[in-house]
Amino acid sequence: MSYLESNLKTIPTGLSKVLYLNWALIVLLSAVASVGFLMLYSNAGGSFQPWAEPQMKRFALGMVAMLMIAMVPIWFWRNIAGLAYIGSFMLLIFVEFFGHVGMGAQRWIDLGFMRLQPSELMKISLVMLLAAYYDWLPLEKVSRPLWVIIPVALILLPTVLVLKQPDLGTSLLLVTGGAIVMLAAGVSWWYFGAVISLFVGMVSAVFLSRGTPWQLLQDYQYRRIDTFLDPSADPLGAGYHITQAKIALGSGGWTGRGFMQGTQSRLNFLPEKHTDFIFTTLAEEFGFIGGISLLALYAGVIIFCLVSAMNNKDRFGSLVTIGIAATFFLFFAVNMSMVMGLMPVVGVPLPLVSYGGSAMLVLLAAFGIVQSAHVHRPRGKR
Amino acid sequence: MRRSPAETATSARKITRRALFLGGSQLAFMGLLGLRMRYLQVDQADKFRLLAEDNRIGDFLLAPARGLIYDRNGTLIAENEQTFRIVIRPEDAEELDTVLEKLEALIGLSPEEQERVRKQLKDAGPSAPVTIADRLSWEAFSLISANGPALPGVTPEVGLSRYYPWHNDFAHVVGYVGPVSSYDISKMETVDPLYKIPKFQLGKFGVEAQLEDTLKGGAGLRRVEQNAYGRIIRELDRQEGQPGANIQLTVDHKLQNFVQARLGGESASAVILDVETGDILAAGSTPAFDPNLFVRGISSADYRALLENDHRPLPAKSVQGAYPPGSTFKMVTALAALEADAVDPDETVRCLGHIEYGGRRFHCWKRAGHGNLNVVGSLRHSCDVFYYEMAQRAGIEKIAEMGRRLGLGQDYDLPLSGVSSGLMPDKQWKLENRGADWLVGDSLNASIGQGFVLATPMQLAVMTARIATNREIIPRLLKSVDGVEQPIRGGEPLGINENMLRSVRQGMFEVSNSNRGTAFASRIADEALRMSGKTGTSQVRSTVVDNSEVPWEQRDHALFVAFAPSDAPRYAVSVVVEHGGGGSSVAAPIARDLMLFALHGSVPPLSSYPSSQRNTIRERLESLPIIGQDPEKVGRSQA
Repeated sequence: MSYLESNLKTIPTGLSKVLYLNWALIVLLSAVASVGFLMLYSNAGGSFQPWAEPQMKRFALGMVAMLMIAMVPIWFWRNIAGLAYIGSFMLLIFVEFFGHVGMGAQRWIDLGFMRLQPSELMKISLVMLLAAYYDWLPLEKVSRPLWVIIPVALILLPTVLVLKQPDLGTSLLLVTGGAIVMLAAGVSWWYFGAVISLFVGMVSAVFLSRGTPWQLLQDYQYRRIDTFLDPSADPLGAGYHITQAKIALGSGGWTGRGFMQGTQSRLNFLPEKHTDFIFTTLAEEFGFIGGISLLALYAGVIIFCLVSAMNNKDRFGSLVTIGIAATFFLFFAVNMSMVMGLMPVVGVPLPLVSYGGSAMLVLLAAFGIVQSAHVHRPRGKR
Repeated sequence: MRRSPAETATSARKITRRALFLGGSQLAFMGLLGLRMRYLQVDQADKFRLLAEDNRIGDFLLAPARGLIYDRNGTLIAENEQTFRIVIRPEDAEELDTVLEKLEALIGLSPEEQERVRKQLKDAGPSAPVTIADRLSWEAFSLISANGPALPGVTPEVGLSRYYPWHNDFAHVVGYVGPVSSYDISKMETVDPLYKIPKFQLGKFGVEAQLEDTLKGGAGLRRVEQNAYGRIIRELDRQEGQPGANIQLTVDHKLQNFVQARLGGESASAVILDVETGDILAAGSTPAFDPNLFVRGISSADYRALLENDHRPLPAKSVQGAYPPGSTFKMVTALAALEADAVDPDETVRCLGHIEYGGRRFHCWKRAGHGNLNVVGSLRHSCDVFYYEMAQRAGIEKIAEMGRRLGLGQDYDLPLSGVSSGLMPDKQWKLENRGADWLVGDSLNASIGQGFVLATPMQLAVMTARIATNREIIPRLLKSVDGVEQPIRGGEPLGINENMLRSVRQGMFEVSNSNRGTAFASRIADEALRMSGKTGTSQVRSTVVDNSEVPWEQRDHALFVAFAPSDAPRYAVSVVVEHGGGGSSVAAPIARDLMLFALHGSVPPLSSYPSSQRNTIRERLESLPIIGQDPEKVGRSQA
């Protein structure tokens, strides 16, 4: 009887599992989602329609899904990681093909009650597969070049497809999310250093060559990069969103204008006020205090996940928890950077707050796996 | 994988270390976000509060009316028509489905259009209206206005759009406007704010493009206060736009219409000038297109059809088409030789059907030869050998100088698109452009308007007007701007010896009026209106074959230039029919009809034509699709 199996005996079974859930995490997630309900209610001019009510129903559905997933032993999720990846990949190819011949540039599959974006599923499947891979891989092989190329290929395959859609935000999340799992699994720092230096080198070569005879890109390509990096140069075009978002944010001040008192975000100056730019409503109506509070809630989610991962002796459970937390982190970090003008607008929602079913359900399902890892972690004397 | 306890412990330790690092980095980044939030919300709060107030005040540009374009008699040839459209604002689009359903019942809004509206509303900027339907009929528009309360959010709007009432006729002169594209903006040095108005129209071709700055006018401004939903509460200020200046062109819309109709389906071009003032009375180019197609943006299918037509409807052939002038160039060679004292007006040259030069044989079009001919006879018969001799005697420099004096190889600063300056080659030109010395053989080819020489129909008409008047006639298209008459340029004497000109004009007179002239069949019978002309047939390929036996695009170009009346010239005409065949059989009859229409100011009476041709002429004129004429009356007066 192996070490692991001996420890399994102490793992809770049946309904008693409910007691071993990470309840703090559930409270935090519900708090974040409630902030979203409030903002959607306010954005609709003090009405549960058209956004807040559907969002609450979906959250309830997502919570049920999360609890059900949490009840299933973590090794089941590890065993189906490969299947999940292949399934998501096939769906990505399916919409890629279907989107071109079918109805315009459709990137989702209509399930009736929601629209499922395969790229959302891929974010989680990729993390699961990488965690399973490193769970399987002998520790001494983790940093060997051949065994590094495999996960890199697993990351790049779906990234290229998503980049073609084109969805820059999701590609960024896939690459960074995948890289974080690799980092957590113990892949040597040298690889990360090399990739970062290569990237920095390429970017600086592209920019340094500008205006010289050996210029690497065409002039118009540079101009496109300029507008992308500095949209404020075109305040009525590409820079419109970001200028308006900054105004809404800035006019919030310390304590904000008060609930339902925001003018900027509700004036329709912001077209994505209920989706990607919902943070501006919070920042305008509740000010700096409101914004920081949401940030603190997010930080709490990350901390509880990481603590759970560090206390977990099951390599898969630990890595998948870190990966899912990282994906969650990337969602809100990219979204907030974008809204606050620290990053170009790439179209990433504020997790659990922005209106939209697909992202919320997938995220809650992912936290179901985190819970499963937490509940089914090996226990006992060591 | 099953691991030993030691391995599991190593793994857990490593993961813990790395997780701590990751958690630390993530928290650090969140700290950075917090700092940024503090900077925007606390440190810069005052600045952004001010900007937020500004957001409540909206400035909207008002589009001015574009200047109108009239013909020389005050008939409108480019106007602005009122257009009726309905728009919807995103914030009012809550009952979109019912509204679109009702519109489908009311004005037949197609499901594709409904889909487009839905999509645009989704992508639209804040309070930017989305057009539901454009170019509505007045009936549909009033129907919608009457049903206003049942269509929440739908706003009827009235705008102006360019309209060309004569459709194809002025396509190549007036040109067209089209919606401003980002490509147009990128070409401008300074961008007038006008061009940012949605659906604003910009001159893209012809007079509309060249006189854009005159026609466009200045933007007006409307400053409004908006409430918390972006809806306009009241107008704070309104400055009306400055309408564009109206302009008048020298063209005559009836003559232009006749020219287009007469050229018909040929790939052809014709220009009619007033020989006194240089006024362009008509500048035709066929086939043409309807400029109204371009006003709202042409569909790609329509545009492709225009591009792929081998008769090339898009360019204005009258100024953009440069052709070898063929025998119509012989007046230039004759005048150059006469002025250089290389030949006397009465001196004869013997044509044996060809000459030998440098081991090459240069043929006359008549293989049997013309016998002895002087200048007048050489023009009448269009003998090539005579001009080969003149070219050797006078040299290319003299010929080129005369060509330029008569207006070839130059453009005239006309407000038209893509004006070609043709080509009047000389020794220096060949050295610079072909890197080779000028050969006498080149002079021989040039003397009969072949080889390197190229001229546009506009230049040929100018040349003819200058021969008719011995004055430096410069073509004029713009008659007046905003009621101010534009100056007539040129008109100074050319200083060519009148005796020499007289023989050339006599030669041209005999071309049309001597029973041995090359265009005798296309003479004008009316003694007072007789015309002097010159035929030309310019080769497209080098070997001589019967035109009926080769494909269209390899046939010769047919040319004819003329002025009339011969003894008191009023108009000069040039006609080029691409791949039309012979100048005398194809181009001259067209030129006669155009000239007679110009002289009479209407469809000419049959009495102007030789009696034997009147029946065919009547049938031809009656079949033309022309305006303002009762077809019953065409040619009836004397027939």
